[in-house]
Amino acid sequence: MYHKEKSIQMKSSASALYNNLSVLRIAPRSLTYFTVVHANMVNMVSASWDGLNYSHRQLQSKEANVATSSSLIMQAAWCVLPSRDILVLTSQKGIQMYESDGSIMVYWHALDTPETQTAQAVFARGIAAVREKYICVGISSGSMLVFDVPIKGSNITLSEVLEEHKESITDLASECSGSLECIADMVSADDSGNLCVWKSGEDFQLLNKIPGFDMSCSSVKLWKGTVVAGYGTGQIRLYEAVTGIVHAEVNAHARWIYSLDIAPFSGLLLSAAEDSLVRVWHLTMTPETNSVEVTSQTIPGRNLTTPRTHRQTLTASLPLSPSRSCTCITSV
Amino acid sequence: MSMRTLPLVFINLGGEMLYILDQRLQTQNTADDNTQKGVWSDDDRKRVMNDIIATMFSKAFMEELLKPQDLYSNRALRTVLTRLAHASIMRLNPASMDRLYELMVMAFKYQLLLCPRPRDLLIISYNHIDAIREFVRDTPSVLNQVDETHRKIIEVYTPLSDGEFQLLRQTLLIFLQDMHVRVSLFLKDKVQNPNGRFALSTTGPVPHGTEVPGLIRMFSSNGKEWKRWEFPTGGSYTSSIRVGSFERFGDRVTRIGTNMYSVTQPEETHTSKSYSQKANSEPNPLAKEELNLLARLLGGMKVQNRNTETGFRVNLFATDQEEEEASLFNSGCDAYCSILIIYNLDVQVNTELARIAGEFTGEPEQTESPEGPSNKGDDLLAMMDELIEL
Repeated sequence: MYHKEKSIQMKSSASALYNNLSVLRIAPRSLTYFTVVHANMVNMVSASWDGLNYSHRQLQSKEANVATSSSLIMQAAWCVLPSRDILVLTSQKGIQMYESDGSIMVYWHALDTPETQTAQAVFARGIAAVREKYICVGISSGSMLVFDVPIKGSNITLSEVLEEHKESITDLASECSGSLECIADMVSADDSGNLCVWKSGEDFQLLNKIPGFDMSCSSVKLWKGTVVAGYGTGQIRLYEAVTGIVHAEVNAHARWIYSLDIAPFSGLLLSAAEDSLVRVWHLTMTPETNSVEVTSQTIPGRNLTTPRTHRQTLTASLPLSPSRSCTCITSV
Repeated sequence: MSMRTLPLVFINLGGEMLYILDQRLQTQNTADDNTQKGVWSDDDRKRVMNDIIATMFSKAFMEELLKPQDLYSNRALRTVLTRLAHASIMRLNPASMDRLYELMVMAFKYQLLLCPRPRDLLIISYNHIDAIREFVRDTPSVLNQVDETHRKIIEVYTPLSDGEFQLLRQTLLIFLQDMHVRVSLFLKDKVQNPNGRFALSTTGPVPHGTEVPGLIRMFSSNGKEWKRWEFPTGGSYTSSIRVGSFERFGDRVTRIGTNMYSVTQPEETHTSKSYSQKANSEPNPLAKEELNLLARLLGGMKVQNRNTETGFRVNLFATDQEEEEASLFNSGCDAYCSILIIYNLDVQVNTELARIAGEFTGEPEQTESPEGPSNKGDDLLAMMDELIEL
């Protein structure tokens, strides 16, 4: 069901950011790419499946040679589209898009920065690939940018700006079950816990707005029409996307949740939080009763009573691939 | 990232610095080599503390910090803190300043990590302010400054949301993420691992607003709970305790941010680096501007290019020889942080000291603004050189 594989050492530590680990499996080449953000850099490692070859690469944020503290990267994530995979980096300055191996930057979008310094921080955060050709990115103002991505080349264009959230976007997620029947294509979350459910298209359509309870939702996933949201209170909630009905509520962690991920075919959900624990859950969908059941899974081989000295802050979670899962626990 | 980090950075780091200095200044006359014993009286100690606190909480300085801006670079922050530490008749050589900075920063990093909710960073800051208030309770003018600053902080930070506090906290954690200096006090209490990383506890009360983990509840479409069960949590958490006071006075409840040195007795706090810090050697044009402005704000105390024998020198090492060795071997050295104060009986010193001390009774003078950008850079580099020479 679940077993621990060989650990991979990254070049430097992981920054304390939400959703700070992205994974891309490249089956034809038996390779997996991992990225972790470290301040104004992204550490990327490509690991062969036989565990014998590792190659490291670092990507810098654009304009990184200007004062370090003002060019921090907020998130790095792969956007898997039918024709290509794009690596997206979001920072205080803007949005960088690369070919999947990080070798060529294909697009740069600069964020509007106000003339005079305001108290409101400016940055981009929240990345999702939606349907065949969209990449959505959230902004600190609450807006979301929708980019139209061609099958190949760098002619990426800004197609739409969605203005629905009033607080900074924390995370975006697209429907990951692969099912074409789902009405909702994307969910967006913000710092006050509000969730917006969208249908993609030339004009994105707002299907539903699920109010937050003034508690930041730091990580969100959309699976089989169910929104899975992780909050700063350590709670995980499951909602039916289009109606907003609460399916389940889990008092999952004792501290702020930093990351969630779902293995779409098995329904395994992973949550990671600042309490230094990773928990695995099992989601079972019952279409007849339209309910989702959550049970916790014990992780064999992982001693949950690890002595205190070995626990470190968890800043990254791990995306689960269809058949396997990989763990990366890093510390600050 | 967050534009609101600086005031909290200086209050907390400055607070930690004051805790350390206060403890060190009290452990006098314990030198066991035969150097002259210092005449570091209670009054002298109080004066040092007052001078540093007066500079740190000066209206101009705080106003500058409260402007929305990015966090300074490591180098800029370090320079300003060094300047603050020298805002009195006390002097620290570079090696001692290094140790002081490491202790301050690691303590703050630990407090940031332990912070139950991001908003509690304010409580931690208020714990520092409460202690600082105690240090200057006999000096009404400085006490006033501290109170005024506290009021301003409450005004600025109370309206921030939890998400904004978390962003602030993340900005600071990212800034400190590569500092892994081992501090003996933390190692002893097993809160820090030998590799310099902190260990987090999975026991104790959950933060206010969080439920104790362990419960799963399922709801039907009409909102009624139809099932609930528990799961093993692997930790032993208890319900949250009451929230501390966010007002100017009150029970802060948490001990994070209070003076951890006041309970340490004969055993000194050692620091050791297992690997050298990333040195940011590129002079940063933006930082030069920041520092120049701050230099003007911090006051007219022009750092004279003096030889190191004048002034009250505070040494964080047991002997001069150790101090020399420490400055030569920057990494992997285990430094003893006991104190030795050397008082130079040179007559000239007294007059100089009187002059310098006199400068702190009035408002900080504005230094002449130099003409042209190149002069600004030179001025600042000169200032930084002088600081290092001390």
